[in-house]
Amino acid sequence: MRPLSLQRLLLRCAALAAVLFVVVVIALKLGAVPVSLYGLGRDLIRVMLGRSSELSTDYGMIVIDIRLPRILLGIVVGASLSVAGTSFQALLRNPLADPYVLGVSSGAALGAILAIIAEPHLAISPELAALFTPLGAFLGAAATIAAVYFLGRREGQIDSSTLLLAGIISASFLSAIILFLMTTQIGRDMHGIAFWIMGDLSTPLQQKLRWVLGVGFVAAAGAIYTTASDLNLLLAGEKEAMHLGVDVPRVHLVVYIAASVLTGLAVSVSGAIGYVGLLVPHVMRFIFGSDHRMLLPAAAFGGAIAVVIADTLARTVVAPAELPVGVMTAMAGAPLFIYLLRRRLA
Amino acid sequence: MSAQAAARTSADTVRASGDARLSVEQVSYAYSLNPAQAPLFTLEATSFQARPGEILAILGPNASGKSTLLKLISGALQPLSGRVLLNGFVTHALSPKTRAQRIAVVQQESRLLFPSRAWEFVLQGRHPYGRPMRFETEDDVIIARNALAQVGAEHLSDRWMDQISGGEKQRVILARALAQQPLLLLLDEPTLHLDIGAQVDLLDALRRLAAENRYTVVVVTHELNLAAEYADQVVLLQRGKSLRIGPPANVYQRELLEQVFQTPLSVELGSTGRPRVNVLSG
Repeated sequence: MRPLSLQRLLLRCAALAAVLFVVVVIALKLGAVPVSLYGLGRDLIRVMLGRSSELSTDYGMIVIDIRLPRILLGIVVGASLSVAGTSFQALLRNPLADPYVLGVSSGAALGAILAIIAEPHLAISPELAALFTPLGAFLGAAATIAAVYFLGRREGQIDSSTLLLAGIISASFLSAIILFLMTTQIGRDMHGIAFWIMGDLSTPLQQKLRWVLGVGFVAAAGAIYTTASDLNLLLAGEKEAMHLGVDVPRVHLVVYIAASVLTGLAVSVSGAIGYVGLLVPHVMRFIFGSDHRMLLPAAAFGGAIAVVIADTLARTVVAPAELPVGVMTAMAGAPLFIYLLRRRLA
Repeated sequence: MSAQAAARTSADTVRASGDARLSVEQVSYAYSLNPAQAPLFTLEATSFQARPGEILAILGPNASGKSTLLKLISGALQPLSGRVLLNGFVTHALSPKTRAQRIAVVQQESRLLFPSRAWEFVLQGRHPYGRPMRFETEDDVIIARNALAQVGAEHLSDRWMDQISGGEKQRVILARALAQQPLLLLLDEPTLHLDIGAQVDLLDALRRLAAENRYTVVVVTHELNLAAEYADQVVLLQRGKSLRIGPPANVYQRELLEQVFQTPLSVELGSTGRPRVNVLSG
């Protein structure tokens, strides 16, 4: 009997952080323009010391101004999607739940698109306008998960396969609306269809949104983490959890809102990247077990690592052309989904 | 019942609840899908008490209201009228956490979404004593280990919950309830899916635990003879009405049981001095 201790938790997180660091360094080095490790280290140190003006070469500019922001964006998006997936799996008691599979990402994308379309018609100050797209994405995510939840019920109980069907149908319905809007709203300053449907990290983040994304992630992931031990008990069922002292409605509300925030944030800056929230939590559960006090931070690190690797591959496998990052995650994630589904049915 | 008699009964209840740990006072309930329609099921006003160390069995055919009564006792459901007191506190009014420190519920079936080890499962019983972000202390581990020992399941500690037998699983679930260190232990058909040996083992353990730890135990069961053997008191329900409450010898009357269970049977005194029911076929 060896329950999780704070020391073991921190040690494992440190190990995951080290893996993430190595992945980031490799991702900085790889790309259409080759960079030496020495040059990379030198330039990174200069940036950290605030002497960016001394950056030696154009290569340095590519690494610091293009690759590094894109990698940081990938870290936050990956961590958000993965923590959201872990939360949905516990909340809905379904190991196949994931923001993409449940249609929540498509709902967030539609919300973001509607916000972009509506924004010029509303008298919003430019400062708040930056918040408008993530807000629309959050509302889209929250509305979709609520709809899928009610469609997925049978005789008052959440039914696993009905829920997944409801999610898949919602995703395809919402994608159709997205395609319709994208086709009829030509000429607007909007990302392409591939961005919203498959997900893409190549668009640099607006300066204002960096804070929104960072603060939003910390607040939402932190809120979910306060329910970590409650989520452990919810895995055995809502009644069981209640009898063990879990305030079930409160935990549901916190996780539902926070997971919608995470999905909304991620989708509003990178589109609907699929399967990260499905694949990563399962791998982490396999390595670290299903205690959410360990699983949630592990999923955050794992999601960051997975998306940075996927995006590096997306940038490099067909260089100088680029693939949307969602192509890579779907190629790895869809087969795993099938495998998990088959094993569950067996 | 006349108004006078009702008043006398409720006065008796108040007096008796002074030394009773669990006191169910004129509790009723009604299920309905739509408040405008007639309720689909009602539980008529029911009263009884149980003291520390006592085992009380709730008996009755299917759909007689056994599980509803158990939910009302646990505080999961709010009674339509009346109240359930545990050491003087209304169970429904307690916060989920406080309630879990005083009442442990063992449900019919515990299905896990992801596998966990038996010791992890038992440690969950310590959840009501922790703050949200807290890690289990050395004390929690000792209490969980003792709980496993009390049900004779130390050897299962490192096993996966989905790889042990039904009887072993039921012991581990009981250990988790013990780890809650409750005053009141509620069990919903704990012997379902167990073979007769495992049933007797479990009930022996329950009787020993009730005596040693001064738990008040309430068991919902279909097993008439096991209830007769192990319960100090029996509540007999039929279609939401408590027909008789008292020691098994008083409740186990042939005519009464035949009428409730709709089957011919005989009742005799067993070698232990407890009543024994035999179903007469044909």
